[in-house]
Amino acid sequence: MTEVVFYIFATIAVLSAALCILQRSPMVSALWLISTMFCLAAIYVLLNAQFIAAIQVLVYAGAIMVLFLFVIMLLNLSHAEPDMRGPSSMAAALVIVGLLSVELLALTRYTPRRLAGELSQWPTFTDPATAFVAGQVTQQETAARGVVGALAGPLFQVYLIPFEITSVLLLAAIVGAVVLAKRNV
Amino acid sequence: MLLGPALALSAILFSLGVAGVLLRRNAIVLFMCIELMLNAVNLSFVALAQLHGASGHIMVFFVMTVAAAEAAVGLAIIIGIFRHKQSVDLGNINLLRG
Repeated sequence: MTEVVFYIFATIAVLSAALCILQRSPMVSALWLISTMFCLAAIYVLLNAQFIAAIQVLVYAGAIMVLFLFVIMLLNLSHAEPDMRGPSSMAAALVIVGLLSVELLALTRYTPRRLAGELSQWPTFTDPATAFVAGQVTQQETAARGVVGALAGPLFQVYLIPFEITSVLLLAAIVGAVVLAKRNV
Repeated sequence: MLLGPALALSAILFSLGVAGVLLRRNAIVLFMCIELMLNAVNLSFVALAQLHGASGHIMVFFVMTVAAAEAAVGLAIIIGIFRHKQSVDLGNINLLRG
């Protein structure tokens, strides 16, 4: 059942992404990209990341894409002229993308059993079952403290300093955007 | 577990994002393709977090923060360029070409 739902949403996500890069109008592209992001949120739920799915809808589909739509409407780009590159660069791009997708699809040969088998070749290693303790610990934490609690623990303990640095990054982005968007730069 | 299919979907979405960056000349569509690539990477983080614990989920937070900051600053730059050139076509933006 989970597989069927996953494949339905994966198909919609890939089709929406393809339409996003092929549509002439930036507005239509943005709407297809929002569709891709909703499908990804559904897939996050299937992968046991419910909180990430909520954040995906709120931040990506809600905030970032609305920013894109605002800029498209502000610059009045809804009826833009065709902007595909010429045949020679298109052929080069297709070759590059083909090579890249072959390389990335090699990732799908990654399976837990295979990694555990390779890990067990190490001299210091004893039991393949202990290779993925972290995932099981997270599952137990989720069962005990809920979806948000299992994430909040490591976020505010192990990753506290990166979390605080993130706020500085956001402040810098706010100041930079205000300065850049002002007139008479 | 759905690990392999999720990684495959992530690879396909990332390749589509790269294709968009290479094929289009509209700066805003290019930015959206970059967001698509960031989403693909987030998907692989979440898929691998099933095995390797909550660190993958937290990395997705940081990727989303960087994506938001990048979108805000990048769109401000695009508005600035549009004010000078009356266009967001990358073919017209050749100030640094010698």
